[in-house]
Amino acid sequence: MNNEKIEQILNEHQGQPGALIKVLMEIQEENHWLPREVLVQVSEKLEVPLSRVLRIATIYKTFSLTPKGRYQVNICTGTACQVRGAQQVLEEVQKLTGIKPGETGPDMKFSLETVNCQGCCSLGPLVEIDGKTHGKTAPAEIADALKKYE
Amino acid sequence: MPRINSAAELEELRKDILAQKDPDKTCISVCAGIACLGSGNAQVISAFEEEIKKQSLDAKVDLIATGCHGFCEKGPIVVIYPEEICYLEVTPEDVPEIVSKTVIGKKVIDRLIYTDPNTGIKAAHQTEIPFYKNQSRLLIGNSPKINPKSIDDYLAIGGYSALSKALFEMTPEGVLDEIKKANLRGRGGGGFPAGSKWETTRNAQPGVEKYVIVNAHEGEPGAFMDRALFTGNPHLILEGLIIGAYAIGSHQGFIYTRHDTPVLRKNLDLALAQAKEYGLLGDNILGSGFSFNVDVHLDVGIFVSGESSALMRSIEGMPPEPRPKYIRTSVTGIWDRPSNLNNVETWANVPQIINQGYEWYSSIGTERSKGTKLISLSGNIVNSGVVEVPMGTSLREIVFDFGGGIPNGKKLKAIHFGGPMGGTIPESLIDTPLDFDELSKQGASLGAGDMLVLDEDTCMVEMARLFLDFLAGESCGKCVPCREGMRQMLKILTNMTQGEGKDGDIKLLEEISGVVGEAALCSLGRSIQKPLISMLKYFRDEFEAHIKEKRCPANACKELK
Repeated sequence: MNNEKIEQILNEHQGQPGALIKVLMEIQEENHWLPREVLVQVSEKLEVPLSRVLRIATIYKTFSLTPKGRYQVNICTGTACQVRGAQQVLEEVQKLTGIKPGETGPDMKFSLETVNCQGCCSLGPLVEIDGKTHGKTAPAEIADALKKYE
Repeated sequence: MPRINSAAELEELRKDILAQKDPDKTCISVCAGIACLGSGNAQVISAFEEEIKKQSLDAKVDLIATGCHGFCEKGPIVVIYPEEICYLEVTPEDVPEIVSKTVIGKKVIDRLIYTDPNTGIKAAHQTEIPFYKNQSRLLIGNSPKINPKSIDDYLAIGGYSALSKALFEMTPEGVLDEIKKANLRGRGGGGFPAGSKWETTRNAQPGVEKYVIVNAHEGEPGAFMDRALFTGNPHLILEGLIIGAYAIGSHQGFIYTRHDTPVLRKNLDLALAQAKEYGLLGDNILGSGFSFNVDVHLDVGIFVSGESSALMRSIEGMPPEPRPKYIRTSVTGIWDRPSNLNNVETWANVPQIINQGYEWYSSIGTERSKGTKLISLSGNIVNSGVVEVPMGTSLREIVFDFGGGIPNGKKLKAIHFGGPMGGTIPESLIDTPLDFDELSKQGASLGAGDMLVLDEDTCMVEMARLFLDFLAGESCGKCVPCREGMRQMLKILTNMTQGEGKDGDIKLLEEISGVVGEAALCSLGRSIQKPLISMLKYFRDEFEAHIKEKRCPANACKELK
């Protein structure tokens, strides 16, 4: 965790309750998850009750309250990807990684999420691994793609 | 960059920009829309950069990464101007050949141009490709030609002339009148007349600060046209917004968009900064005395925050919970002040209406639905992508002429509009025109313009289930009909797809739908049953087969095969 960077984000928005979502988002982007002690700091710095910080942090899917693996695997389950076979791809990834959407493996290698439409339906079914897009994925190809990550 | 202080100075600057542009200079336009980037266009762009350097062509060739060209299925797309040669499915390996043969040698590379899959006829220019040929690309047509990161490119195609006209030649009432007469209807889903909405906000709570908002949330699965337009031409929407603010009497605007489209965020931030520097945004715009500022707010992952009142709560920094619909946000919105919200495409229509007049605008489209509409095509269709057609175009044309039909020799079964809050119409109604009211009559509202094409292998019970499954994770949970109703409907439909449907299930589904439609708090809650109701209307026998015969007519439900 880069404390210095988090502190910088907090200092920029000290005493600005309206910046709550923005601050949480910046910390999430920087740290990939929101530890409880950081949420307490956010509450104090922005002068927002901790209950409201937790409410915001738990309603939005982007925020994670648990640590994430080294590689984020996102599987689009938007309708266009669904009609093109996203479910089969998801089942294959679950089988290969042993984790379900929302989980991180005990080796902290992969975190798996299903995501809503990413807006590139021509590439469906769509899988993103560590920020890299894999389009028109067949379940058979996904094993090869996952193998590349250590 | 100089600050522009009058309409005359704006025209002067435009002249300077145009004088510096050589229309015969080669420009390589590489599509950097989401789909093209996803299929590797970043590498194509770097390959061009490298090759241009290697061949010392820096001074002779411009290279721009543009917004979405629309033909996503055939991406990555590269267009070479001024000849307008269009290459499809380009890989980084093709780049040296494109530079030597086309850029230097002015020859067309046959293997990279469009080939009609049915006739084998080749087409080298965008205007000859069937996908583009009959579109009316009034809004998105400029995207392949301009660099979205350059305000000068937007000024070169006449940008901000409508703003200048509105500020110096028209009164706010005049602008409002023009939009009302043009009968511009909201593109976000409701189809509500934008002019009436503006007028309500303008007249509400005299003396109180008013707000204008761009809804660029676009959370519906299968909807990607707003992102395409906003990323590719951010100044167009910004210009529309400033004109709207002038008409309404607002000095503060908000843009609400998704956090997970980094290119859009970057282009938008840049556009706002450039507009500010030129004096097109901020205090005393173009020296007119009118001041207007814009803040950007981001959704971080929940569908309900695209609902207008939830979106406004979110801008206040509160959880995105909607308010009852009888509280009109145009009167009592952000911090209980009058707030006018329109979606990206609605704002994008404003500059052309101001520039060319309501008579021109209302000559396009049908009697009650004017102008063009952006449609994002997805699902079981040959050409997924963004098309722009006049209102009134038949769905058949959209699916078969632009969309190229259904892949793998399958038959069309249904078309679904408007995502999880929309409706489905069967193949038999394919000659219905694209029109707010005609589609509503058939039980499918146009929505934001996302068209999901479904082939004969699609199980409608499973589709209805998928939409509810999506929504179940997106409801804010505040009101019981939406939260619990959805859970029960989802359970019944899941049972059906697993061979555990019971007699009376359909009736129960209809009863719950009735309650949810009447009693849920917001427009999201009151629309969750719409896909199901339309599917029950047209595909009831499929639901019955799942219950009575434990059979899936489309052979899609695994447990029933």
